Amino acid sequence: MVVYVSALKKRFGDVTILDGVELTLSRGESVALTGESGSGKSTLLHIVAGLEPPDAGTVKIDETDVFALSDADRARLRRQKIGIVFQQFNLIPSLTVAQNISFQARLAGESVDTTDLADSLGLTEHLSKFPEQLSGGQQQRVAIGRALAANPSVILADEPTGNLDETTGDAVFNLLLEAAKTSGTALLVVTHSTRLAEKADRKLHLSHGMLTP
Amino acid sequence: MIRAVLLALLSHWKRRPFQLFTLVTGLALATALWSGVQALNAEARQSYDDAANLLGGDTRLIDPTGAPVSSETFLALRQNAWLVSPVIEGWLPGRDGRVRVVGVDPLTMPLNSPAGAAVANIGIADFLGPAGAILASPATAGRIANFDEQLRTIDGLAPGIAIADISTVQAIENRVSYDHFILLPEQPFEQPELVEIAPNLAIEEPDTASDLARLTDSFHLNLTAFGLLSFVVGLFIVNGAVGLAFEQRRTVFRTLRAIGVSNTVLVSLLIAELLIFALVAGAIGIALGYLIAAALLPDVAATLRGLYGANVEGALTLAPSWWLSGLVIAVLGTALAAATHLAQVARLSPLATAQPRAWALASGGTMRLQLGLAGIALAIALTAGLIGGGLIAGFTLLGGMLIAAALALPSALTWVLRIAERLSPDRPLVQWFWADTRQQLPGLSLALMALLLALAANIGVSTMVGSFRLTFTGWLDQRLASEVYIGAEEESDVPALLAFVTPRVEAVLPIWHTDADIAGAPGEIYGVVDHPTYRENWPLLSALPSVWDQISDGEGALVNEQLARREDLNPGDTLQMPGGWSTTVLGVYSDYGNPLGQVILPLEVLTDRYSDVDKQDFGLRLPVDDIPDLREALIKDFGLPPENIVDQSELKRFSLDVFDRTFAVSAALNVLTLTIAAVAILTSLLTLAAMRLPQLAPLWAIGTSRRVLARIEVIRALTLAVLTFVLAIPVGLVLAWVLLAVINVEAFGWRLPLHLFPRDWIWLLALSLLAAGLASLWPARRLATRAPADLIRVFSHER
Repeated sequence: MVVYVSALKKRFGDVTILDGVELTLSRGESVALTGESGSGKSTLLHIVAGLEPPDAGTVKIDETDVFALSDADRARLRRQKIGIVFQQFNLIPSLTVAQNISFQARLAGESVDTTDLADSLGLTEHLSKFPEQLSGGQQQRVAIGRALAANPSVILADEPTGNLDETTGDAVFNLLLEAAKTSGTALLVVTHSTRLAEKADRKLHLSHGMLTP
Repeated sequence: MIRAVLLALLSHWKRRPFQLFTLVTGLALATALWSGVQALNAEARQSYDDAANLLGGDTRLIDPTGAPVSSETFLALRQNAWLVSPVIEGWLPGRDGRVRVVGVDPLTMPLNSPAGAAVANIGIADFLGPAGAILASPATAGRIANFDEQLRTIDGLAPGIAIADISTVQAIENRVSYDHFILLPEQPFEQPELVEIAPNLAIEEPDTASDLARLTDSFHLNLTAFGLLSFVVGLFIVNGAVGLAFEQRRTVFRTLRAIGVSNTVLVSLLIAELLIFALVAGAIGIALGYLIAAALLPDVAATLRGLYGANVEGALTLAPSWWLSGLVIAVLGTALAAATHLAQVARLSPLATAQPRAWALASGGTMRLQLGLAGIALAIALTAGLIGGGLIAGFTLLGGMLIAAALALPSALTWVLRIAERLSPDRPLVQWFWADTRQQLPGLSLALMALLLALAANIGVSTMVGSFRLTFTGWLDQRLASEVYIGAEEESDVPALLAFVTPRVEAVLPIWHTDADIAGAPGEIYGVVDHPTYRENWPLLSALPSVWDQISDGEGALVNEQLARREDLNPGDTLQMPGGWSTTVLGVYSDYGNPLGQVILPLEVLTDRYSDVDKQDFGLRLPVDDIPDLREALIKDFGLPPENIVDQSELKRFSLDVFDRTFAVSAALNVLTLTIAAVAILTSLLTLAAMRLPQLAPLWAIGTSRRVLARIEVIRALTLAVLTFVLAIPVGLVLAWVLLAVINVEAFGWRLPLHLFPRDWIWLLALSLLAAGLASLWPARRLATRAPADLIRVFSHER
């Protein structure tokens, strides 16, 4: 089991966002998470990533209890085991495409040859460019490259196509699914699009703090 | 509508009180030092004017050769309908240096002058009195020694000058002649030509500026330059704060334009908003400026007295025009700092993108433009340095050079950072550190420019002062060769004093002198005897061969550097001496700290040529171990007052104390400018910190802890401070060279060698690291302790 989430609870003030969420992801499995705006999809993703603590419950990545770790150890776990893809790409503007792709992997202490990865992402000719010189779709492919390059156990993608047009969004989503499948990485992807969600191995809906198929 | 729009605009500041604080602080600090310096200058100039106008500042009749004028001439002039009043100037002994006394004739002097009013104040009978009254301001009266019974204090009299009846001063000076006559403004229509009555006299028209004001111009220009530098550094803060506030409100501006607010209304309201801030910050700045001026005035007064012999009253009296000019400068400064941002808003289209332009990101084009402007500033500076002359050209050279250095700084730092990146280990965080630092440069560049200016000024001025001090110390060792200096109480005591000391010492060296106008300016003439003390120690800068033999033979004179530079004199040239004779310049010697031209003649020539020579002072050569016994004998056996005996070490210590006090103002202004630069860095880092969050949050998300990120932010600030410091060293040294080789020569008349003080730089580096470290610590700590929710919000805000 790559991701193990059990009895997860989170409240913001009087509002219960997550109310005993249970979730597991296996290696190479892709799960699409849908739900209304404000239903807690991103919060669940952030908690799984160890970015935000839950009020109760357990999150384990590769058998490691995420919130039993110190802040520094949790940071190390993120750079070694988790790849994150954001809606706004969140690339590092001062680094080139090649440097951005290899950044997390190198932070984790791995030496990376970005050539094949860049080729598979269609970024070969853009490697020496800076993020601001790329289109939205290209930037998101760089973000996916950064997440994949570290060989994580799980990729957590928060609305990765939210800022892209439909055609580009479809291409990026397919790329993400394919890359996760090929590398055997678990993928938890938040999306508003039920059409795209259908492409994942499993589809879960978050409503009233509970996950339903 | 106006009210609604204004409220919408002002709501920004309510939500961002720190930004408002930054803006007001920057502007207040900028105004404070500028106003403070202006207050000091105004106070000093008022004192000079008071001194110059003591007798009405009117036209004078003088002997162009500098010779005194006689009472017979006075009588002849009055009998021939020339309405003149005689004046004699002398010196009273003072507690901390002598005090100038002006002797006037109360019966013929202009009654509407400050001196006339002072005489009327105490009544002419008391003024003339049996012993003769001496009038002085309370502060000046406190400095005068030995005349307690004759002293009368008059509020408002010019500082540093006493007034007495002409006969009182004649008695003090022990002479019967006058120095010059004042020509009263009202003269009869018919009177014989001056040449018929007094052919030796000439009419001297009053100058628009007093001699003192002209003499001290350089000092005040220096202060103004410091004030301007601090003002510019402060404006960097204002520019940054206004720029950020405008950038953050671009969406609001666009929305307001879209819903029907005209460009004119929007820009007008923004101007009104800035005007309010400028007036509030200006008022705070003026109040701070007053405090700074009041704190610095005693040191400024000491400097002016030490360097120029100018007297400035120790209390601030400020005219309303000063307050007004402070507010005007605050408003102008705000306008200058906000002009480009206002112009951008004026051009803003309602359809413009709401996405804020990356405020902190400047294009390579901006840097190229800055570099081009730096080239122009440098060209202007060099042109002024090579072609121009005088103080203004010197300060243009300085200003142009500093502006060029500041404008070139971002490009220079980018270049250095690229090299550092290339040389650094290939590790991701290190690589990111250099690349990201380069990208942060535009946002930090104004603060770094401010730091560069402050550091360069600091290095330049401290190198100048240090070089001056080192040279001055060496010069004191040469100049003060005698082990003990004594002064007789009265001239009649001199023979007995000489008879007493001569058998007890190795040599007695007369230090006799007279004051006289040399080449049209006040000066001093000294007489020396031929002695190895002079031959071995006198600090000659240039001289003819066997100069001392020629001095001994009475074949010429030595002149100090100030007189030589002012009159373009070199060894071998002829110098016109007061009293209508000339002599050959045999050598030029350094004479630091003396505002006056000075000539040294053989003792016999001095006493033969001049009648009013002060013959009471002597230097004594003796073994150092014998000094205590001699001192005791002089006091106990001869009865010489202890204050009339000064030993060399005491004199050196006193001279160095005066020197250090003289430059205390520079040190204080240096620290204040550096403080403003530190505030500039702090405000820039804090404003950038908020904008940095979206850049740092992804790094945190992919596994770099907040603590590591915070540490990197501190290291970045320290790295930039170190790099700026390194770049400031050459700029500061060029500044020091200009100060020593150009400004000093123009201002004081002497040139000094440049000495380097690397130990001071280490201290300054530590200070800059402390300033940058403290400035970065707060934003870094905020980042390190930032709740993960804040960082997550960066991602949540995306939808």
